Amino acid sequence: MNEITPTPAERAEKLKGLGSSRKRVEDVRFTQGKGNYVDDIKLPGMLFGDFVRSPYAHARVVSIDAEAAKQVPGVVAVLTAADLAPLGLHWMPTLAGDKQMVLADGKVLFQGQEVAFVVATDRYAAADAVELVEVDYEELPVVTDPFKALEPDAPVLREDIADQKEGAHGARRHHNHIFTWEQGDREATEKVLAEADVVAEEMIYYHRTHPCPLETCGCVASMDKVNGKLTVWGTFQAPHAVRTVASLISGIAEHNIRIISPDIGGGFGNKVGVYPGYICSIVASIVTGKPVKWVEDRMENLMATAFARDYWMQGKIAATKDGRITGLWCHVTADHGGFDACADPTKFPAGFFNICTGSYDIPVAWLAVDGVYTNKAPGGVAYRCSFRVTEAAYLIERMIEVLAIKLGIDAAELRRKNFIRKDQFPYRSALGWEYDSGDYHTAWDKALAAVGYEDLRAEQADRVESFRRGETRKLMGVGLTFFTEIVGAGPVKNCDILGLGMFDSCEIRIHPTGSAIARLGTISQGQGHATTFAQILASEIGIPADNITIEEGDTDTAPYGLGTYGSRSTPVAGAATAMAGRKIRAKAQMIAAYLLEVHDDDVEWDVDRFVVKGAPERFKAMAEIAFAAYNQAIPGIEPGLEAVSYYDPPNMTYPFGAYVCVVDVDVDTGQVDIRRFYALDDCGTRINPMIIEGQVHGGLTEALAIAMGQEIAYDELGNVKTGTLMDFFVPTAWETPHYETDWTTTPSPHHPIGAKGVGESPNVGGVPCFSNAVNDAFRAFGHVHAHMPHDHWRVWKIAHDLGLHG
Amino acid sequence: MIPGAFEYHRPETLGEATGLLSQLGDSARVLAGGHSLIPMMKLRMAAPEHLIDLAAIADLRGIAVGDDIRIGAMVTQAELIAHDGLAAACPLLREAALQIADPQVRYVGTVGGNVANGDPGNDMPGLMQCLGARYSLAGPGGTREVAARDFYISAYETARADDEILTGILVPHPAPGTGYAYEKQKRKIGDYATAAAAVTIGRNGASVAMTNLADRPIWSEAAGKALAAGDAAGAVAAALAEIDPGDDNRGPAEFKRHVAGVMLRRAIDRARARMG
Repeated sequence: MNEITPTPAERAEKLKGLGSSRKRVEDVRFTQGKGNYVDDIKLPGMLFGDFVRSPYAHARVVSIDAEAAKQVPGVVAVLTAADLAPLGLHWMPTLAGDKQMVLADGKVLFQGQEVAFVVATDRYAAADAVELVEVDYEELPVVTDPFKALEPDAPVLREDIADQKEGAHGARRHHNHIFTWEQGDREATEKVLAEADVVAEEMIYYHRTHPCPLETCGCVASMDKVNGKLTVWGTFQAPHAVRTVASLISGIAEHNIRIISPDIGGGFGNKVGVYPGYICSIVASIVTGKPVKWVEDRMENLMATAFARDYWMQGKIAATKDGRITGLWCHVTADHGGFDACADPTKFPAGFFNICTGSYDIPVAWLAVDGVYTNKAPGGVAYRCSFRVTEAAYLIERMIEVLAIKLGIDAAELRRKNFIRKDQFPYRSALGWEYDSGDYHTAWDKALAAVGYEDLRAEQADRVESFRRGETRKLMGVGLTFFTEIVGAGPVKNCDILGLGMFDSCEIRIHPTGSAIARLGTISQGQGHATTFAQILASEIGIPADNITIEEGDTDTAPYGLGTYGSRSTPVAGAATAMAGRKIRAKAQMIAAYLLEVHDDDVEWDVDRFVVKGAPERFKAMAEIAFAAYNQAIPGIEPGLEAVSYYDPPNMTYPFGAYVCVVDVDVDTGQVDIRRFYALDDCGTRINPMIIEGQVHGGLTEALAIAMGQEIAYDELGNVKTGTLMDFFVPTAWETPHYETDWTTTPSPHHPIGAKGVGESPNVGGVPCFSNAVNDAFRAFGHVHAHMPHDHWRVWKIAHDLGLHG
Repeated sequence: MIPGAFEYHRPETLGEATGLLSQLGDSARVLAGGHSLIPMMKLRMAAPEHLIDLAAIADLRGIAVGDDIRIGAMVTQAELIAHDGLAAACPLLREAALQIADPQVRYVGTVGGNVANGDPGNDMPGLMQCLGARYSLAGPGGTREVAARDFYISAYETARADDEILTGILVPHPAPGTGYAYEKQKRKIGDYATAAAAVTIGRNGASVAMTNLADRPIWSEAAGKALAAGDAAGAVAAALAEIDPGDDNRGPAEFKRHVAGVMLRRAIDRARARMG
């Protein structure tokens, strides 16, 4: 060995493996405008589809006259439910076990519902023809309030199932009722509540909002009548699941369907579901024999594709007078809109909302969720969160604040007092989850020290005094949140979507010269998989990340997987990647031992090579081993160096975090200035710190949007009031505050590399943190809770109702 | 979000443009920056058969600071912001223009389009009323001037005849030492005002106008008089008596009325502090 021989640490650094802030390989094309999105796909002879949509939220469709539309030059066809019915495609199954109209079958149930599909040679002709389709509607009474929907004389929304007493998730007790999902021990919880020193109670509404990916939903369907193959390019977060579902509902054999997710301009849950546009495009391509493109516009996206949240959560939390929480009771009225199209694992109609005991050691709890039909758009997707986890975190983190006020205890101290202790992990929660690992006290202390928590409270108290003396019109709020996420669905034993187990997969091929390609069942929509999965592999197999191609999204080439949402890619597909890498390494070890003429057990792994034990100068690097795998006849070993892993995780992972937000609230205008935001995330092993920081910034900004103004609001006639980006709040750089990020590292004990997932944590923790800060600003004046979004007028109203305007 | 079919015209002289407009009548609309008209066309709430684009008419461009300040109708907000002579002569214009939309919009959006369209959400109409500006209109019968304070009738309804084109804006020089301020509350960058107030105070008197608080901009003569007399509270009360805000996603009328008072009070305080 001489002095220029790199040390193991230097060799490891060159790999750009785990822990490297390697730049995103995707950004070379994205920053040059050279991404290839669905709308960039242009095929010869391609036709364009466009929808006639209902202007009414509830109406009978008396007749549809498409004659004038068909006369528009360029129009090829106008499809209605009557055309789809012979194929059995006028309705489609939803991910939640319900069914949904593809095109209006006799009535419409929400504004913007698809009524007819115009197919034309260009977009302009299609749009002109849409205007000319004459639909005769007979308006019906509209219900947008889920509580009114359950009144005995409420209008019947779903006439198709009005008499059906059993739904996909058990008994239905009313014609607009979908399911009741109950978890925990009601009797024991209510006993605790009845006997408790203190019970805090609050109705907490998490308003309806909507993901807002840069690219809206769309697809290009191309039926090749010569070879019988259907290819669909689309904005799919789960391409393999789409292929299977498409096969099941169309009757086309699965090997004849190829689903391709090209570059996707963000998903955030919006692109998990199956939409009528996909079905209509496929049918139109089959009918015309030509490729058909459908891409929705922004208003259609906001109005008709999947919404998020819309949970009315009634919470009761019991505690001893010194602040030990003794029980949690929660009832949710869940507004699902006109069809139950929630994207949740099949056995979880309210997702993982039963994580609502949060980060606290709560001995007993009960939860019931009632799903309700209303005249609103269907959906209920996990908008940058795991299934209904942001709702759960919002409930518990608001309830902790409400309880702290009732007890007169500092909210930081109340949390600290009730955290699950480090020595309690793995921890079994009262609502049935097994938390894998955590060290909440350490994270909390670090966060409070970083922001100077006690000084903030002293400053806040001073501010209240100044306000009372008339020296300022601004109040100060300190928002606290400690959240626990549940991500990485998930174990096949309890997680499936339409019967498809939620494992994921990775297939690796090492090339003879020592570079590699890995294909996965997931699909990146901005998460940077091509960067981070290569890093996992680099550390496992000693090939530099720069020499590893990551490919996803083409069902003809990628191994089967359930896709990317719910922060499942790293916990599940990332684990599959590591496990497949270990299979490669195991074979490489045998090849290395053969080349070094020693027994397999006499070599050991060292960063990027196998070395002979006790003789580090005798080694074979991965590149040499790869070459040998393809060029030497090794007795007893097949040529080649490839591996596949299908990973079924033994448990979910439980990322957590401690957030603090400081705001100044102008009581006269309702404007909230976010002075400081500190976010500590513990996502287990950190793969790429730069990407983690970017994920946290993005998630916090979406949280800011939701907490401070973003909503899908309806008037009493079911008209969408926030259907454009003028009224639907998407923050720009101007509205976005500076974020301070921090971390602790508590690896997952069951994940091969200890990673937990991070992309959604900032939304789960961010929303309650912003909301708690706003509510906290008014605490000194007797205020307890106000619903989000905290836009100017609603914040102004808190001040007004407290008499702060004189 | 795709407009209906239309014919596109791009005249190079004002005469050609007014000629086209009289010839084509109701079926034509004049296009400046297009930030109001084109979204309406994409929503098919407006469906003109002919669009007369004013972009190639050199006479409609340029800012001249002489006895009056003359701003061509096709001057963009960005050009207005970047013009040093204008910023020195009438700094309120620049202050307000910087609060309109975002840089991308301001590179295309024009001052003429902003004042001519009659959208009560636009910022420039109230501002021009505050400054006592006059609008030049050209039609088949020649040209005329209309005071900004007389121009706005109701939402999208103005004193401009259908066959007239607004060609420029004449702004009198504020008296030396005039204090000024434009205060605007909005939900986010790019939004119309929840409430906004333009104020000038100088040796020749005071002027107060409010934006997006009625179906047209509100210039309050009484508020200006009270303010000139040193009665800020009276000015606020007078202006609030003349506005008539409606409920929308920005909030109910009660809230807007309150914020209008806050914005005006802040504008008055800032304008006073700037008096020379």
